[in-house]
This record gives sequence, C-alpha cells and structure tokens, in this order.
Amino acid sequence: MDKFREFYDVISDPAGYAREWRDKNGKPVIGTFCSYAPEEVILASGALGYRLFGSGADIAKADAHIQSYACSLVRGAMEDSLNGALEFLDGTVFPHTCDSIQRLSDIWRMNNRTGFHLDLVMPVKLDTDSSRDYMADIIRRFKVELAEKTGAAITEEDLRGAIDTCNQIRNTMQRLYSLRIENPGVIKGEDMHSLVKAGMMMDRYRFLELVKEIADDLEKVTAAETKPGKRIVLSGGLCNMPDVYGIIEKSGAYVVTDDLCTGSRFFEGNIAEDGDLLEAIARRYSNRNVCPAKHSGIRTRGENLVRIARESRADGVLYIFLKFCDPHGFDYPYLKEMLEENGIPCLLYEMEEQLLSGGQFETRCQAFMEML
Amino acid sequence: MSNNDKMTDPEKERRKIKSVKKMKDIMTNYYIEAKTADQTGKKVAWITSGGPVEPLIAMDVIPVYPENHGAMIGASKMGVDLCEKAEEMGYPRDLCSYARSDISCVTVDGGPIGGLPKPDMLVCCNNICGTVLKWYEVQARYLDVPLFILDTPVSHTDFTEEAHRYVKRQFEEYVAFLEEHCGKKMDMDHLEEVGKVSMEGQNLWQAVLDTTMNKPSPMSAFDAFFHLALIVTLRGTTTAVEYYKELLEEMKQRIAEGISAVPDEKVRLLWDNLPVWYRTKWLSETFAGHGACLVADTYTSAWCGSLKYLDPDNFFDSMVQGYSRIYLNIGVDAMAEEVVKMVDKYSADGLVMHSNRSCKPYSLGQYDILEIVKKRCDIPTLVIEADMVDSRSFAESQIETRIGAFMEMINANR
Repeated sequence: MDKFREFYDVISDPAGYAREWRDKNGKPVIGTFCSYAPEEVILASGALGYRLFGSGADIAKADAHIQSYACSLVRGAMEDSLNGALEFLDGTVFPHTCDSIQRLSDIWRMNNRTGFHLDLVMPVKLDTDSSRDYMADIIRRFKVELAEKTGAAITEEDLRGAIDTCNQIRNTMQRLYSLRIENPGVIKGEDMHSLVKAGMMMDRYRFLELVKEIADDLEKVTAAETKPGKRIVLSGGLCNMPDVYGIIEKSGAYVVTDDLCTGSRFFEGNIAEDGDLLEAIARRYSNRNVCPAKHSGIRTRGENLVRIARESRADGVLYIFLKFCDPHGFDYPYLKEMLEENGIPCLLYEMEEQLLSGGQFETRCQAFMEML
Repeated sequence: MSNNDKMTDPEKERRKIKSVKKMKDIMTNYYIEAKTADQTGKKVAWITSGGPVEPLIAMDVIPVYPENHGAMIGASKMGVDLCEKAEEMGYPRDLCSYARSDISCVTVDGGPIGGLPKPDMLVCCNNICGTVLKWYEVQARYLDVPLFILDTPVSHTDFTEEAHRYVKRQFEEYVAFLEEHCGKKMDMDHLEEVGKVSMEGQNLWQAVLDTTMNKPSPMSAFDAFFHLALIVTLRGTTTAVEYYKELLEEMKQRIAEGISAVPDEKVRLLWDNLPVWYRTKWLSETFAGHGACLVADTYTSAWCGSLKYLDPDNFFDSMVQGYSRIYLNIGVDAMAEEVVKMVDKYSADGLVMHSNRSCKPYSLGQYDILEIVKKRCDIPTLVIEADMVDSRSFAESQIETRIGAFMEMINANR
C-alpha cells in the first residue's frame, strides 16, 4: 500500500529523516530510550522524540566501554553514539528501567556526543500511592528540565495540544489493533511494523494524519480477504524492533496483537485532558501495562498476557527477547506456566543478534505453527 | 593420613587469623536459630544484602540473606549444579547466578545448608540492582508470602528532593508492613537503639578494613570476603559489634607483631566487584605467589560506605539517604571517584577488576572506571572475566597467564 511508503522511508534511514526534520523545522531532535520517555512533554516542547533502537552497525568502539554480556540494544546504541551516527541529536533522555540501561546512561553521559543528557529516575514500583506521587514529581521535574535545556516555554496550552495529539495517535492505533484482531490479514505484518516503528521516530502530526487515513481505509476492507492462518500474540521484549513479522507470516501465521513496549504498550492508555495535566500524564505512565523492569504486583504481567491472548483469540504466544535481557528472562518461566494453565501454547526465542538473520528463527517458527 | 601430613608449618599457623573459628561458630548458631524459628515463634524475613535490616532487628524478626546463601553455594562449589537446575526450569543462563542458584535451591531444599529457613515475608531493596526485584518476585510467587519493595531511586548525578520524599514515605510504609505481619507496633525508640548498634558495627568494620593501610597488610581482601558475613547478616546486633572489636584487636596485634597476610608483601592491589567465590583460595595463592596482597576492595567496604549519611541521633530519618546513596546506587563517575580514593588510601600498586557476568550494575561501567584510574593514578589494571558463582565462566589457565603478565607490568611500573 502506497500509504506506507513514508513509514518505510523513515525506518530505512531514520537518521537522515531526523536531520532533515531538524533543518526544516528548526527544532531539536531528542533521543529517547524507551516507552517510558514521556512523549507528550517532548512534543509539547516542540521537539521531535526519536526513539533509539541501535542501527545494527558492527560493534567496535562500544567494546571499550560495555562488556559483551549486555544486550544488543545497549551495545548497539552505544556504538552508534561513539561512531558519530547520532551527532544530529540535541539531547538524549534516559528513563530508568533495567540495570543495563541504568549503566548505559552513565557511560553515555561520560562519553557524551549527543547534546544534553536527562535522566528520568522514575519509580520502579508503580502500584502504591507514594510511587504515583513520585511519578508525578518526576514528570514535573522533567518538564522544567526539558524547558531549560531546549529553551522552550512548555505552556499549559502546549501540553494540552500535545496530550490531544498523543491521545488521537493512541486512539487511532487502538483502532488499527482492533481491526487486525478481527481481520488479521487486513494489514501485512511488515507494513504494521514499519508504521509502529516510524511512529516512534517521525513527526507526530504527520504520523497522525497518515494513520488516520490508513485506519479509515482499512475499516472498509471486508473479512473475506483474509486467508486462514494461526493467530499469534507477540510478547517479550524487542526493544530494538527487528522485523520479525514477515518471517512469522511466511510460516503461515498472523500476528494478531502484541504485548511489546515497541507495540501495544507504547500506544495504550489515554490521558485525561482536564485537571492537572502533568499529573494526568504521570497517571498514564503509572497505570499502563508494565515493563518487566518495573513492578506492579507479582502476577500482573501474566494475567495481562493471558487476557490479551484470550481477547484476541490467539492460538499461541511467541515470546521473543534479546539475549542478556534480565527482566524478561526472569519473567518467562511464570508467564509460560500461566499461559499453559490456560491452554495457550508458548514458544520462547532468545535473539542473539541486533538484527534477525532468518534461518534458525524461521525454522523454530515453522515448527511451532505446525504444532499449534 | 600419615603423621607427616599432620605436622603444621609454624609460620603458616602464625599467619592464620584466629578469629575465624569464632566467626564460623557465630554463623552456625545464627543459621540454627533461623532454621528453628518455627519452634521459638520468631518470624523470619528474607532481605536483600543492601536492604535496611535495622527495622527487622527492632521487631525481633530474624533476617536471612539469599545473597549470603548464594555466596555459600559458590564457595562450596555447588553453583553449577544449582544454576543448571534453574536453567532446566526455564531461567536463562545469563541471569545472575545468585538468583539462579537460590531459585532452584528453594524448590529442592538443596545447597550447602539444605536450603534456607522458610520466610514469613520478603523485603527487597533495589539499591543494589534491579535483579533482586525480579528474583524476589519469583520467590514471592513460589513461597506465597508477602513482599515489601523498598524502591531507592538511583543517584546518577544527584539524589533529588523528590526521591528523598518518596523513600521517606516508603520507610513509613515499611514499618506499617512489619507491624501488620508481626502483629505488633514498632518501638521507634528501640529502632533508634538498634540503629546506634548498627552504626557501631559499621564503624568497627571500617576500622578493621582500615588496618590494611599498614604495610605490610595484616589481612587481605580474601579475608575480608569471609569476615564480611556478620556486617551483612547481623548488622544491628551486639554480636557483630563484639566480634568486630575482637577482630580489630587481632589485626592491631598482628601489625604490632609484624604478621602479614602475604609473606614478604611486595605488591599491594585493589580488587573491584564481588569475589569469585569458588576460586578465592586459588586466586589468593596465585597473587601471593607473586608477592601480591589484595589489600582492599570496593565490595566489602560497601557495607560501611554510606556511614556519612547516617545519623546516630536520628537514625530512622537518616536511613533514607544511608540506604539510597550506597556505592552501587550512584553514577559510574562517582564510583570511579571512590576507586581513586581507595587506590590512594591503601597505597595500591594496581587495580584488579572482576568483570562479573552476574552483576551488571557492578560490571557495566568498569571499563570507564579503569580508564579514569589509569589516568589519575597511573597504575596498571587487570580485568578478569568470570562469574561469582557459576564456574563455567572461569577460564583458569587464561586467567593465570593474564595475572602473570599483569604482575610483570606492575614490577616494571615501580
């Protein structure tokens, strides 16, 4: 579909896109490390939030700073920073998540080549009153610090506008997700991947226009056009967003939905547009489905995954995570157990490399689909 | 055994630290008490090594440390077997080996002491890592006991007012949690008393570690790894205070008599990161073979490193900073500053870093620390790639060669 061309252009050369955006708009580009970086505040400052995934360049310079037992996102992003591939960034934002990102933030700051550095030391615990208050404190602090670094005023009006845009993006994305659950063939996996990935890097106003058009068009497509295939939920952590969708589809299955921070978790949960806006933003980050590096009850993630799998009438769950990702590694055994108790089969795949090199993953996928 | 084998080398005997036996007795009694808690009606809490133990002591709850357990598993060389069991359960091999071995141990009651006493509650403070959060979640699900999480935001560059307020409120929640699960009120005056005892123990432990400023050093980091157990497990009790008083006396006595940890100490080294528990003896002997003594380390000193934030007259409030701003919960550059200070303080001729696959907060950033130390202190450095418990990650002959080359560099540097 032609409508996806712009997304493919962005993700095939994100740095080129960001440089051009910066020249055209005269506004800062801010690198962010995860889905906890408050999009709304960055957008309100007029800047472009640019999620860092690691370009997949061979690791050479990063070896002198980070051991081989950190994940490919951490090492890959550090490599990009050190070899100058990110020099167009005006600043970088590090929300606190896992141990590796915590240390990457220090190492990044100490070898800085990407403008200003902001740490968002968010709570790890999210299910208590004191942690919710602290989250709001952190968002308020972030607004002040970001305004200071970028020179933007970030007024109430700016915030309201940004929240409205982000809410519209989330609503539209939820429409797309629902369409896909009902009619999985309606959108090709790799198209969806390009759209989601571009949505974390490109101009959000333009992105909103495009996804709205796409959602409107797709709502007119009838279910008859979908070929039969196994219905798969993608879970785990694909923080560097490789395109696994094409391979899964080739094995005769559809990804009907996901439980990824580079997917549904990025797009869920709207923000109230009245009352204290920064508090409202904070509430969204406290309440959304959690990253395993954060805590919101001891079985919450499992219950949520089972619910997602049921609601999307999934045949199975494919759990992929990056090698050396501790939070996902600790969660997998109990998630698998909970899924199986509910009659939902689950396949684990641990990704070694930055980019997925077909082969082994394809074979595992095919075997899993045959088993289902 | 022939009679010859029984003969002791008097020189070696003289060099042995006499307090070792007492320490072993104390630890044995401690574990017996914890294991029989159900008979004495005492509650047992599992707590992370960097967690605030004083409120537990004040409530007469017996604290038990899965990390200390992990160290015992490593030292008794049972790590690989237990880690493999965890891997069979679905936990990836790349996860922390303390966590892997403890998680599998609980399901089979295995390990060196037949498993830890079962807890009535879990207390997890994430000032040391995010791994403990995941580990304690696993145990909370398996053991079905209440879990309290003390979330101490990392100080990348500073400890903010907001973080201070947040941690302060959590200490109040912690007290409420203990009151609920112990069925009695916390005696805050008693907690202050426990705090004073805890600080006295920490001061004594620091004094013990400081004796190694003496040339030659009366003890080594390998000794510190052993004697550390009480400041971790019995912090806040008079048992720890009394023990460290005696140990300090013994160290002073050794200095007076000229007894050194390593015979004919020629080289003084600083160690970074956790011990390689299953190879402490080998490493100790290998370094000693080069006349080198590991005089200090960043690990054992972490249990007295935040003393500057603790207030004996307002212990409860001062725990907020005392437990948030510990060595691992600060930026890599701030950690480098501490290492540089230690190189100077203990007159180290070289720095040995254990790049520990199990511990990302401790290990990621070491390469940058190493560069800072090289530049500021102009001393040789060595990185040993290993793991604290899982010996599958230890390549002995390669490490031996690298130690040899490192010692040559040190001798050339002098």
